[in-house]
Amino acid sequence: MEVVLSLAVGILAGSGVYLLLRPRTFQVIMGLSLLAYAVNLFIFSMGRLRIGEAPVIDPTRGSDPALYTDPVPQALVLTAIVIGFATTALFLVVLLASRGLNGTDHVDGREPDKE
Amino acid sequence: MVTCTPLWIACGPMSLILIVLLPFLGSLCAALLPANARNAEAWLAGIVALAVTIIVGSLYPQVVAEGVLRLTIPWAPELGLDFSLRMDGYAWLFALLVAGMGTLVVVYARYYMSPADPVPRFFSFFLAFMGAMLGVVLSGNLIQLAMFWELTSLASFMLIAYWHHRGDARRGARMALTVTGAGGLALFGGLLLLGQIAGSYDLDAVLAAAGKVQTHPWYPVVLVLIALGALTKSAQFPFHFWLPHAMAAPTPVSAYLHSATMVKAGVFLLARLWPVLSGSDEWFWIIGGAGLCSLVIGGYLAIFQQDMKGVLAYSTISHLGLITLLLGMNSPLALVAAVFHIVNHATFKASLFMAVGIVDHETGTRNLQRLSGLYRAMPITATLAMVAAAAMAGVPLLNGFLSKEMFFAETIFLNRPEWQRILLPLAATLAGMFSVAYSLRFIHQVFFGPPAQDLPHAPHEPTRWMLLPSALLVSACVLVGIFPALTIGTYLRLATDSILGSDAPAYSLAVWHGLNLPLLMSLIALGGGTVLYRAFLWRTAEGVPLLEHIDGKRSFDWLQTILTSSAERLLRRLSSPRLQMQLLLIFVVTLGGALVALLPDGTSFGTRPVTPLQPAFLLLWLVGGMCALSAAWQAKHHRLAALILSGGAGLATSLTFVWFSAPDLALTQLTVEVVTAVLILLGLRWLPRRDERYSLGLQESVGTHLRRLRDLLVAATCGLGLAAVTYAVLTRPDVDGISPFFIEQSLPGGGGLNVVNVILVDFRGFDTLGEISVLAVVALTVFALLRRFRPAPESVALPHQQQEQDSSQDRIPDPDARLPDGYLMLPAVLVRLLLPLATLVSLFFLLRGHNAPGGGFVGGLVLATAVILQYIVGGTVWVESHLRIHPLYWIAIGLLSAATAGAAAWVSGEPFLSSQAWHGDIPLLGELHLSSVLLFDLGVYMLVVGSTVLMLVAIAHQSLRSHHRKSAPGAL
Repeated sequence: MEVVLSLAVGILAGSGVYLLLRPRTFQVIMGLSLLAYAVNLFIFSMGRLRIGEAPVIDPTRGSDPALYTDPVPQALVLTAIVIGFATTALFLVVLLASRGLNGTDHVDGREPDKE
Repeated sequence: MVTCTPLWIACGPMSLILIVLLPFLGSLCAALLPANARNAEAWLAGIVALAVTIIVGSLYPQVVAEGVLRLTIPWAPELGLDFSLRMDGYAWLFALLVAGMGTLVVVYARYYMSPADPVPRFFSFFLAFMGAMLGVVLSGNLIQLAMFWELTSLASFMLIAYWHHRGDARRGARMALTVTGAGGLALFGGLLLLGQIAGSYDLDAVLAAAGKVQTHPWYPVVLVLIALGALTKSAQFPFHFWLPHAMAAPTPVSAYLHSATMVKAGVFLLARLWPVLSGSDEWFWIIGGAGLCSLVIGGYLAIFQQDMKGVLAYSTISHLGLITLLLGMNSPLALVAAVFHIVNHATFKASLFMAVGIVDHETGTRNLQRLSGLYRAMPITATLAMVAAAAMAGVPLLNGFLSKEMFFAETIFLNRPEWQRILLPLAATLAGMFSVAYSLRFIHQVFFGPPAQDLPHAPHEPTRWMLLPSALLVSACVLVGIFPALTIGTYLRLATDSILGSDAPAYSLAVWHGLNLPLLMSLIALGGGTVLYRAFLWRTAEGVPLLEHIDGKRSFDWLQTILTSSAERLLRRLSSPRLQMQLLLIFVVTLGGALVALLPDGTSFGTRPVTPLQPAFLLLWLVGGMCALSAAWQAKHHRLAALILSGGAGLATSLTFVWFSAPDLALTQLTVEVVTAVLILLGLRWLPRRDERYSLGLQESVGTHLRRLRDLLVAATCGLGLAAVTYAVLTRPDVDGISPFFIEQSLPGGGGLNVVNVILVDFRGFDTLGEISVLAVVALTVFALLRRFRPAPESVALPHQQQEQDSSQDRIPDPDARLPDGYLMLPAVLVRLLLPLATLVSLFFLLRGHNAPGGGFVGGLVLATAVILQYIVGGTVWVESHLRIHPLYWIAIGLLSAATAGAAAWVSGEPFLSSQAWHGDIPLLGELHLSSVLLFDLGVYMLVVGSTVLMLVAIAHQSLRSHHRKSAPGAL
């Protein structure tokens, strides 16, 4: 499982980075969301992988930390997901405004001299 | 500490703060007065300056009795930083000089400034400068001193540029600020080092640490840095060039800042730190050398100036050079002479500036070539100027003579090798001759000779009040010159004793010391200067012989140009205005940094046993990975496909969270996925159609291919690197961090079973409050940005799908219909039914969130999705005529209730956001548990609903706006 998850993080990050380096704003926004998946999974996996041990206390089993997975990365990632949504929305509006103002969807606000 | 007498003025330490505070308060008041309130401004400034003068004066008996008055107000005691004021005899004398001179200059300025000038700005900065200068003088802490020092530079900048419509004023101000500001930076460094070496920034401690400082290996560095600060401030060679250009300031400013006080800050500091820093060879060469060069070169250049203020500016450089040289001589008697000359120079030079201002004011010019024979028209001004100029030249029976004699005497008795003992008196006599020559020229050309014919105004005496300050200063010159011991003697001794302590030498201030070598030197200077003027300079001066190629301003400009252009070149080399290049650099540098950190250890994978592979998970990520890669591939030409594919990767992520025990994350990711997809779908409409060039199958250049290959390489390395790091972490054993605390304390401390939720709303509630505030700010920003949104022209027309649909049915949305008409009738019914259900589900998630997966974020997103669905199916017009959401209210109430939940803790005296719980029995309802975290989570919930709906609806509204269809008023 660890290998698969690591490769998944790598693929998501690689696709994201590649898109971030592209010249069109839509590619960048897609790249940002792919990179966000990768980073969220990465942070989440810092708590190691455990199956069936959600950090919801079972009163019958008590609150022994060994019984549950690490809740701290989860709390971090939960906020990261919501903030990620907010940045995507903001970026989307900025790119629309830039496209309206400059008449192009190039990330620099103008077409390069030659491509 | 003294006991306070009832009279507040007499209470020394407290009135120290008044001395510094009053000018700043006055400055604030002056800034707020109306622009034409000349008299009110002058009264205000005058009263402030006079009050400060009186307070300083009244402290004299206490300074005599106690030696040092101190006032320390703790500011950051744990860092060893205090606001500390300290007044000893030297500081007292200087403070009196600053305040007294300020009073006189205010009176003068009232009549100098023209009614057209915006005086509030003038007096405001004038008083601010006065406060800053007094702060420098009275600072008992090195860092504080550096701060006030910078403030004087800033005030000087604002005052030089007072007439900012004039190019020379702006240039002069910039140059002064650059030079003194750079010096101030060096000084700050020097003072920090000095404080570190001495072990304290407290002035008393530093002054007592002379031995430690001078033997320290860093002593030369400290000395050079502090000298840089002092020499730039006092316009000493080779940094002297800014002072003549600062003469673009109004004349009262030149009189006050650039002759009497601010330029003295440099020599003030050198004398202040004299006990710590002086005595070494380095001190002699650096300080003395700069002083000697300034003395001679300044005097020489002053002879050839055509502008009256130019003469005075170079003469100021020369006289400050004299003071610096005296300080550099490493002799206590020379220090006495230096302090004496500081006072003398301030009096005669300020009165000369005032005379120049009067001449300028009454004739309209300051050009020595044009002015002539003004004695007839303005005899009083001429007399005052003559006496002051005579003091400057060092004529006996005036104060300038006394300190100059002391200087000559010091040059003879210098305790140095033979050649220096001979050279220095010669240079001093030469400088004395220059001084006589330019003073003579200054007076003779302006006031004598035939009356000038072509002056802009007919000259006459100014109003009596304009002459008064100058007259007072000139009478001081005469009184001190004739009765030195009676007038200045005791005060001077008080000042120098406070610097020198027990080393204070015996000296006597007298006009007549008998026939000796210094007197002879004075006579030679007087005679030689007169001959120099009569023989060579009689109305012939044009340009500067010998030194015409040495121009500080030109070097300064050259240096500035070089710095700017090389910075630009460097920036072009290192950076790029293009986002792609910047991002590439970021990634490459990050990768490099990671490699540097990893390589030495050769980090390998860990030994933690891996979880056995489940084929379904492998399948999940086969699909997810394919989705991600295809999204990257298709994002350029097939946006919709890319969006769907990226959603697939998101879904895989969400399922992974489910797999590995993170139900809250899975729920949030899933709902966010939906909302993001809708958001981007709404935005797609405004993006340009596919570029024709590509669909025509034009060949792409080799460069493009290479660039793509390079990016692919970087991206692959990043991905592989991150994968490796992830795997390396996953195969290492758990770390005992802070997590066990949260799990153990979740129930007893937070009263909830869902640890993640308890962390969010209770343990780390403040973070969450910050996060939802960010969300609200983003939503409002999106809303605000879209209000001014102008789509590209080709995007305004309806997409052809929508046109087809509209033409086939020929419909205009009917806002009053019970259901939206059209082919979506059936889904519309279902979606309307869905709304109450979704509300229920979202509330369910909210309420159970504390004990089971769910919570405010998820609940809010679910409700927002349901609302958006109404819009999608029903259309904006129809929905808004049936449903009023008011997302802005939701945001506001959400933020308020989260903050209220936090503030509830204050009632029981606990810190902000401590959770408050109430548990009890209520008749009929049974057992009930109420907690402030529920209110907090409710706030999160409402805010999430409001923000999400606001953003989505704001984008959706753009289609309506650009077709000029009216939406329901007040819907948002």
